[in-house]
Amino acid sequence: MTEPCLKVSDLHVMYDLGSNGFGKRKRLHAVNGASFEIAAGETLGLVGESGSGKSTIGLSIMRLIEPWSGKVTLGGTDVTGVGRKDVRTLRRRMQMVFQDPYSSLNPSMTVEQLLEEPLIIHRDLPKAERSAMVGQMLESVGLHAGYAVRYPHEFSGGQRQRIAIARAMILHPELVVLDEPVSALDVSTQSQILNLLKAIQAGSGTAFLLVAHDLAVVRLMSPNVAVMYLGEIVEAGPSGRVYDAPAHPYTAALISAVPFPDPERQRTATRIILKGDLPSPLNPPSGCRFRTRCPFAMEICAKETPPAVPVEGGGTAACHLHAHGPKLAGRSLMPFIKERLAGG
Amino acid sequence: MSASVIAAPAVALPPSSSFFGRFCRNRTALVSAVILLIIVVVAIFAPYLAPHDPAKSSLRYIMKPPTLLHPLGTDDLGRDVLSRLIFASRLSLIASVQAVAIALAIGLPLGLISGYVRGWTDTIIMRLNDALMSFPALILAVVIVGMLGPSLTNAMTAIGLVYAPRIMRVVRGSTLSVREEVYITAARATGCSDARIIARHVLPNVTGPLVVQATVLMGQALLAEAGLSFLGLGVQPPQASWGAMLGTAFPYMADAPVPTIAAGTVISVTVLCFNLIGDGIRDSVGRMRRAGD
Repeated sequence: MTEPCLKVSDLHVMYDLGSNGFGKRKRLHAVNGASFEIAAGETLGLVGESGSGKSTIGLSIMRLIEPWSGKVTLGGTDVTGVGRKDVRTLRRRMQMVFQDPYSSLNPSMTVEQLLEEPLIIHRDLPKAERSAMVGQMLESVGLHAGYAVRYPHEFSGGQRQRIAIARAMILHPELVVLDEPVSALDVSTQSQILNLLKAIQAGSGTAFLLVAHDLAVVRLMSPNVAVMYLGEIVEAGPSGRVYDAPAHPYTAALISAVPFPDPERQRTATRIILKGDLPSPLNPPSGCRFRTRCPFAMEICAKETPPAVPVEGGGTAACHLHAHGPKLAGRSLMPFIKERLAGG
Repeated sequence: MSASVIAAPAVALPPSSSFFGRFCRNRTALVSAVILLIIVVVAIFAPYLAPHDPAKSSLRYIMKPPTLLHPLGTDDLGRDVLSRLIFASRLSLIASVQAVAIALAIGLPLGLISGYVRGWTDTIIMRLNDALMSFPALILAVVIVGMLGPSLTNAMTAIGLVYAPRIMRVVRGSTLSVREEVYITAARATGCSDARIIARHVLPNVTGPLVVQATVLMGQALLAEAGLSFLGLGVQPPQASWGAMLGTAFPYMADAPVPTIAAGTVISVTVLCFNLIGDGIRDSVGRMRRAGD
């Protein structure tokens, strides 16, 4: 097998909340041992509710937040091990698109200045060549090359996100972290931007890490998906399998929360309603982190952290239901859930 | 993927409303700018505009009231007050620019570093800043001039030094808020060095408040120069600034009020202009930032 574009193994990220005055430091464990791979030119969708640590993973891969431990490699190069200076040169190979195009573009710079900045930093090119590349890049994200002289505030949200994508793509990076790239946009604009991203990926072979909370966006964009809950990846695998045959109760609940456009189907759909709120990541539950809200929690769930077990149809799920209780052994959770809901 | 999928829908872009357009719609600021421009032009062309030699005294015309020959009368040495005011505008304006330039040269880099780096560097710079600010500005300037010796350059250096913390506070405050913006994180993700982030991303976005503060300080520096020169610590005779003229005319105010009033009026109008322009810039820049957000 060839080297994956991005390989993340056992990544931990902590936020230091400062000491309480008695020398004991408070830390928030935002990401707790995440591991995944993205092949070159592929997309991995990372989903989860707010506070699950999905954006933090993106930021720490970019080394915009320093990881606590674990290893990130980009095309074989160690990202986590290099010093701050070398990270800057690595950024030529990985770029990022942020959620809000209204705040991610410097309002005092023209589009040309915004787009040529990566070229100035990472490549030694004469001004004329840079301008030509900026013009080409603008055209390839569907904007007129003449817009280069304008300022960000003259554009709509969708147009700004196109500019942000152009900035990330102009160096032809191996990986682009897309941090909720469409969630700040109108629904009508969202599909345009998603189609643009797909077209760009087809042309450039760039791998995407797509961080999103919208399950439909992830399904459309990525062949593989990882589901996060409270800093941990609870289930991962091919999108089709995860969506149609979820093997973790959290995934099943997440998917059952998506309404069907057909009211007839909606009425008969199996709904799993989670109790309570997301527990504080400052004081996560023992054992399985999901057990406080899980409708199928067992005794063992409070004691042991569930290991990731392989699932039929590809991927893994970290849930005790596969080894204990009903012993599903990697099968889909759906028949079990239907039986339980009908019985109870 | 077909081109029609990629192409952005044509959206009419709003006409770019410029900073100058908004500034000019503010009548008060516009009038102030015009008055200040006139003062600057007069200062530049002083030798051509002054009706008399500002240094030539005449025993026949000592403390005369205004006449056609001397529109603002003459001073205690028989010199033409109007001509002296015209020539003094040069020194007064240059002195203000000098003071603000020194304040900027010290305050801007320290403010940027303090706000961007934070931590211990920030704490140390800010405590020194507080210490300097706790002195009354003019008293501190008097002390510094007292140590350096009275001259216009020393006076303005002192005032620049005294005003540097005000620039610094404004720059630091803006830097603190700008550094939290997503576009700073985006710049870091692009691969910008800290130096480049400060120069290209932070600095342009703190200029709004900075220009306002610098403009207001121009007026205050002018006033401070007038104060120091009034006390004899600034410009030395035979040269004159507006403050020095006020100082020399003031003792004879009962006999010849016009020179005092004239010098005082010019100082007040100029300071007022600077302040109103500062306000105008603040309002215009504010609207630009909102449109940009």
